[in-house]
Amino acid sequence: MSPRTAIDRVFDILARRLDGPLMVTLVVLAALSLAVVYSASGQSNDRTLGQARNFAVALVVLWVAAKIPPQQLMRLAVPIYIAGLSLLVSVALFGDIRNGARRWLNLGFITIQPSEIMKIGVPLLLAAYFHRKEDGLNMKDYFFAGLILLLPAGLIMRQPDLGTSVLIFSSGFFVIFLAGLSWRLLIAAGIAGLAALPFAWNMLHDYQRTRVLTLLDPGTDPLGAGYHIIQSTIAIGSGGVFGKGWLNGSQSRLDFIPERSTDFILAVLGEEFGLIGLLLLITLYLIIIGRGLMIAINAPTTFSRLLAGAITMTFFTYAFVNIGMVTGVLPVVGVPLPLVSYGGTAILSMFMGFGILMSIASHKRLVST
Amino acid sequence: MIGTAIKNREAELNTFRNRVLVAGIFILIAFGALASRMFYMQVIKRDYFHNLAEANRISLVPLVPNRGIITDRNGVVLAANYSAYTLRVTPSKVKDLDAAFDALAGIVDIQPRDRRRFKRLLEDSKNFESLPLRNRLNDEEIARFAVNRFRFPGFEISAGLFRNYPFGEVASHAIGHIGRINDADLKRIEANGLTIKYKGTDHIGKLGIEGSYESELHGTTGSEQVEIDSGGRAIRSLAKSESIAGNNLTLTLDIKLQKIAEAAFGDFRGGLAAIDPNTGEVLALVSKPGFDPNLFVDGIDPQNWDLLNNSPDKPLLNRVLRGAYSPGSTLKPFLALAALESGKRTPSQSIRDPGYFGLPGVAHRWRDDKEGGHGVVDMHKSIVESCDTYYYQLASETDIDKTAEFLSLLGFGAKSGIDIGGEMEGILPSRAWKEKQHARGLADSPKWHQGESISTGIGQGQNSYTPMQLAHAVAAIANDGVAYRPHLVRNVVNAGTGLVRNVSDQPAAYPATRLPIKIENIAVIKAALVGVTTEPGGTGFRPFAKAGYISGGKTGTTQLFNLKGEKYKEGAVSHRLRDHSWYIAYAPADKPIIALAVLAENAGFGSATAAPIARAVMDYYLLGKVPDPKKPIATPNEPKNGD
Repeated sequence: MSPRTAIDRVFDILARRLDGPLMVTLVVLAALSLAVVYSASGQSNDRTLGQARNFAVALVVLWVAAKIPPQQLMRLAVPIYIAGLSLLVSVALFGDIRNGARRWLNLGFITIQPSEIMKIGVPLLLAAYFHRKEDGLNMKDYFFAGLILLLPAGLIMRQPDLGTSVLIFSSGFFVIFLAGLSWRLLIAAGIAGLAALPFAWNMLHDYQRTRVLTLLDPGTDPLGAGYHIIQSTIAIGSGGVFGKGWLNGSQSRLDFIPERSTDFILAVLGEEFGLIGLLLLITLYLIIIGRGLMIAINAPTTFSRLLAGAITMTFFTYAFVNIGMVTGVLPVVGVPLPLVSYGGTAILSMFMGFGILMSIASHKRLVST
Repeated sequence: MIGTAIKNREAELNTFRNRVLVAGIFILIAFGALASRMFYMQVIKRDYFHNLAEANRISLVPLVPNRGIITDRNGVVLAANYSAYTLRVTPSKVKDLDAAFDALAGIVDIQPRDRRRFKRLLEDSKNFESLPLRNRLNDEEIARFAVNRFRFPGFEISAGLFRNYPFGEVASHAIGHIGRINDADLKRIEANGLTIKYKGTDHIGKLGIEGSYESELHGTTGSEQVEIDSGGRAIRSLAKSESIAGNNLTLTLDIKLQKIAEAAFGDFRGGLAAIDPNTGEVLALVSKPGFDPNLFVDGIDPQNWDLLNNSPDKPLLNRVLRGAYSPGSTLKPFLALAALESGKRTPSQSIRDPGYFGLPGVAHRWRDDKEGGHGVVDMHKSIVESCDTYYYQLASETDIDKTAEFLSLLGFGAKSGIDIGGEMEGILPSRAWKEKQHARGLADSPKWHQGESISTGIGQGQNSYTPMQLAHAVAAIANDGVAYRPHLVRNVVNAGTGLVRNVSDQPAAYPATRLPIKIENIAVIKAALVGVTTEPGGTGFRPFAKAGYISGGKTGTTQLFNLKGEKYKEGAVSHRLRDHSWYIAYAPADKPIIALAVLAENAGFGSATAAPIARAVMDYYLLGKVPDPKKPIATPNEPKNGD
């Protein structure tokens, strides 16, 4: 065997089950993330290298996830969900309080945020549930699915963590929607939801209400909750079409933008790279979402279809909620800009999702329906 | 049945495809909406946002708290703040710094030294922060700059508080100084989670009281939200939360006593610690030569730094806490006390001193300081006349580990725990210490030799202690075996409310430690220490003649020149190899209120230099006598029966 073919073989083994278009897009996004994090962190090498490490670790997780066949994932659905739910209940009962929110559970050797587990646990169980019921669904099934979805979403909302709650709710909702919940029911649920809004409003915490109110009129509270929105819109708007140039954003630089390497990193991107940079980001997101939906359509089983669809749609939700919040059209909730914001957990869980997507894409011929 | 299943599957697949189609359209609409929002912000409203960004913006300005003031025990200010104007430059807003500095000529006086310092600050700063170029502008300069301000974008004058040490070199090692926050400070601030507290703060305590009481002195940073224009200038205030000034400190030091002590040293280098034995309050803490702490406040310029750092006199070395010297004969009273406690000696047990000590089978003779010897010597006389032979013999009969064990009770070989940093432990020799030295490659053998016991037995050899340790030990003896941790801060005063806390005489802050030493044994030693200054044969008799009070004391001399059996001749050795002069003392003898240790480097016998310095300090403290500044206190060229 010549060395050349040996290298090819190693490459084959490494790249097996990975999806070409997705991988290329992810790498481009990762490079963009490093450039923006470097600028947003005030040219901190520590932060930029930390983010590079986050991507490296996430890549390994992606690679491993892509090797796990979808049927095995289906078997894990119930245990993961039950584990996640019991952890959420424990958090509600004995969780640690940080920054006024009870989100963390101290297990002695490690502190975890169980809501992260549910980001994958909810769509996984719902997809598996509908897979069992593929011979026709009735009202009872939808009711049960709704329960699977609302139980964790409600617990997380009470922590309070509105952002994660919305993300988990939507990830589960997408499964139910894709599974074919009738339009009549959807509209009925929508009306019921609107009717329940006043009650939901009452359930919100004061700071959450302020955030919604400030969104409607940021000028009412320019130094409090409105400060984030005002500053991020000024930064983005002043960027213009071509931006002020990398490392040259005055708003980003002068400490005006809060949390500028995490949740509000889009403001730095918008200020320094302008409309062109933002449209490039949206295009990259669209490529990922388009590829994800293609994988979903071509997936062989109900379970893998629904799971692939839900992962893709959840990714979309992340992007939409964050961009909407930073550009001032959605209330401020703690959701990072997917694959760009600094932070290991979010990148890790997203790469795990993409690993599952790739596994679904590559395992389709091996399973007969 | 199978037919329906396939049909269902196809129907389901169709539903799924339709739903994905709906979702896809929804996504395109949603992203389209976001893209049009971006287009609206960045193209249509771009000028509006551009103006907001450039012309008028909201900025959070930290309000730096006033640093706490430091006073001596009588309220004399030792470190204070004064307000002055500084010309600051934001480098990122200036195209050509050198050209701009040149253009400033005739408006504000910029010395080459200011430029050099600015360059150094620029090297380790981020581009977007403003840096001081010139401090303490005068009114004319401020007026001229105000008129020409439009020519200097990125330059601004800001009012600020500066630290001033009115006494300059006096007590500089105790008070310490602040300095600009450097990378190491920044890391420490971050690690302690104090980043917010230090927003806007340029300075931090580096040394002495300023360093160790940083958390008390700094205060709490406030903040103000202001509208600023494109030049970064504040237009109006929107909201404000006031800063809270740092706490004021009242020290235990008496600055007048301190000045007299420092002056008493004349040109000699050395250290002095004076303690109130009843509380552990440090009354004077001298390290000579000192340095002007004002030089360090805004970054010392390279020239002055070289001068201080490379001086052979080492003015930056805190001799009283960091200088470890062999204690010489000042150790004898403590060794005698050890012998009483262990039962090795009774007060009346005496020896006959022929002027030297020899060991059977060893050719070497350890010489006494007095040719021909002291005759018949008991414990009292051994201390009063400082007889070496008595202690050679005692040391030859005593296990070094037992000696070390007793001396460590009195704080030898350990940090005194004074409330400023940098203290050294000195060396308390023992077998374990020797083994460690050997392991480090600093001793030729791990075994302790008896010869070493004998030279350490008169305070020479390996022993080395700081003046602080000696002062602490003599204070404990003066106070009949009750010791206190020495400290420099008497109380902490909240600048706003005036509330006082941590008063040093509160028993909880500095509790008394009763040492396990018999009072009757201490009494024997104290009587001998009084004999040193009151009996005609005493080594401290001449320096304390007609004192007007009775004090206890002991002279000591650190031999730097290896005698090798030769008689030491002062003129024959180079200045830097001359003996160090020691004196420990307390007074008044019956009810001591001051205990001290003096070390003067290369100053000859203890009685010649260190004892007169000690007398000057006690004369002022007990009698209020201020020495004649024209008459030198130290008399190093008068080597009589000094030690």
